[in-house]
Amino acid sequence: MTLIKIDQQRWGNGIEKAKSAYRVFGPVKEKNGHDFKLLETSELPDLNFQNTRLSPKSIIYPQSQVMFTYSLDETKDDCRIMKEVENVKSPMAIIGVRPCDALAFPIVRRNFDTPEYQDVYWIKAYEAATFIGLACNSACGTCFCTSAGTGPFGEEGLDVLIIADGNDLYAKSITAKGASFIQAAGWSSEADSAAAAKIDELKTAAESSITSLVATDKIKNKTILELYDAPFWEQEAFSCINCGTCTYVCPTCWCFDVQDETFGKSGIRMRNWDSCMFPLFTHHASGHNPRNFKYERLRQRFMHKLKYYVDKYDNGIQCVGCGRCIRLCPVNIDIRRICNKMNSFDAETCVCDVTSS
Amino acid sequence: MTIYTDKIKEIAKRVLAEGKVDMVIGFRKGTMPMMNQPLYATSAESADELIWDSSCGINLANYVTDKKGSIGIVAKGCDSRNIVTHVIENKIKRDQLYIIGVPCTGMIDHHKINAMFDGEILNVEESGDTLTISGSGFSEKVIKTDVLRQNCAVCTHRNPVIYDELAGELVAEQKNVDPYASVKTVEAMSADEKWNYFEDLLSSCIRCYACRNACPLCYCPTCFVDESRPQWVGKSQDPTDVRTFHLLRAYHCAGRCTDCGACERVCPMGIKVREFTKKLNKDCLELYGWEAGLSLDDRPPLDTFKTDDPQNFIK
Repeated sequence: MTLIKIDQQRWGNGIEKAKSAYRVFGPVKEKNGHDFKLLETSELPDLNFQNTRLSPKSIIYPQSQVMFTYSLDETKDDCRIMKEVENVKSPMAIIGVRPCDALAFPIVRRNFDTPEYQDVYWIKAYEAATFIGLACNSACGTCFCTSAGTGPFGEEGLDVLIIADGNDLYAKSITAKGASFIQAAGWSSEADSAAAAKIDELKTAAESSITSLVATDKIKNKTILELYDAPFWEQEAFSCINCGTCTYVCPTCWCFDVQDETFGKSGIRMRNWDSCMFPLFTHHASGHNPRNFKYERLRQRFMHKLKYYVDKYDNGIQCVGCGRCIRLCPVNIDIRRICNKMNSFDAETCVCDVTSS
Repeated sequence: MTIYTDKIKEIAKRVLAEGKVDMVIGFRKGTMPMMNQPLYATSAESADELIWDSSCGINLANYVTDKKGSIGIVAKGCDSRNIVTHVIENKIKRDQLYIIGVPCTGMIDHHKINAMFDGEILNVEESGDTLTISGSGFSEKVIKTDVLRQNCAVCTHRNPVIYDELAGELVAEQKNVDPYASVKTVEAMSADEKWNYFEDLLSSCIRCYACRNACPLCYCPTCFVDESRPQWVGKSQDPTDVRTFHLLRAYHCAGRCTDCGACERVCPMGIKVREFTKKLNKDCLELYGWEAGLSLDDRPPLDTFKTDDPQNFIK
């Protein structure tokens, strides 16, 4: 694949040029860290970040999304007719997606785009997006992407991978969508022959900067009930306050709750991110709560990501190793610790390894 | 404050061995710098995990709500005031608890410290009043008093108000601090300025409810935001609903909040949610001379009636 070299000036000009064809999103420094924003004219993505505080999932799958509008006005012909809202109109490019976050989109797609069901809102937004990744030259202490099916230079889920070498940037086109974006940005200078070797060197250094390793190899061969009935859940859940932080910062959490909001004689049907940490999550209309205790809710989160998903899709874990839930959990519940516990749990002896991370 | 660790372990092991308590609730060292994890110890072995340092900012009173049995609990000043509030509100009985009091010199503000460094912080070592903060390519010494959480910087009740045993000598209380300086700044604003200030304050809220769930006061069986019949508040990111949640949460804490700062510590977005509760604490002090959780013998002003209660605010 052709490698394009982009200097600082061409980078800025290219992004500005691309804005005429795309809505361009990128990381911007906010009050307490970087987050993805729609870039204004002459605003550039700030690439000086380790990872954004929130993942880019909300660009494709907003926290609150109106799906339908309706009228309750009996004098109107369309009374009580749900009308679909067109959510996505034009192509968008998301710049600066880290490889871990990029892998989250194909993972989430397995839920939203199946032969049986297609979630039009998610699919339309996903198809309108071009993902311009940014390789990680050094990992955070909480990153474990190499244990989660990708790596600091991982390409799955990306259309272009940008690699930063000091002030120089290299762009590697991965898909036809990516090639179109590079063309729209007008980036065309081919990198010299030494660049590929340099990139390999950066990649090796980045991979060796990852200090967190998590084992998941044995989870698949355990039965669901072995893990479900494991004795450690109550203990692990003790500190949990059942907030939605882990869920909301997670790039792969996809659950939502549908709500109707009526204002006078008109209304909207919307969906909002939900969290299995909340007592209301899947609460039955009968009053029965399938997960009445907090350890059951915590167990659901980890069993879903590390067991149910693994069994259902046979395609790795539903976690990309971005480490956000570890960094932001207010009470230090660490998915690495729980994952290792699940992996090493022996139902016969009721023993699992206790690790500090 | 790391010197308390050995004493906490010793007390915990002793009261567990004597059968005085079924468990001791404290903290263990977290897997992240400045992030310790609440833990319950039931054996000498698990009690060995107990630690104490300036990152024990979660309020442990939150973990004894409606608990059965006998519980040992490590409590700094604010935690002890929430235990008092819990006892007053019948959420736990005093004689169920063995309180290991920790005279506190304040907790550090991890939001502030993270913002001070460009690189990721990989280690924070505490020694006396000095913190050594290091990461890839940097190592810097910081004086603890410069990086205290705001509620700790203005705290006037550092020593536990009730305890069965202390993990260290009582510390001097701070005298020359104005706990309500930040409220006065907001009070001095015009209505428009206030509106904009709070809009900006809440603009990054993701409604994870960590502030509510970390608060020992928030123990309603079903919180008003989770009620569906009637549904009091919408569930989207609509600013009206976000605002409603925060304002009602604060009002539910009026006359009960000890300014422990757990809500602010746990916010993943670093929102200064104490700005709301602090104003109500100030009102309670000015109107009723009341600070929450100082005595088991006094009823809170909002569940008592006195003929001379101020009523000028009724218009």
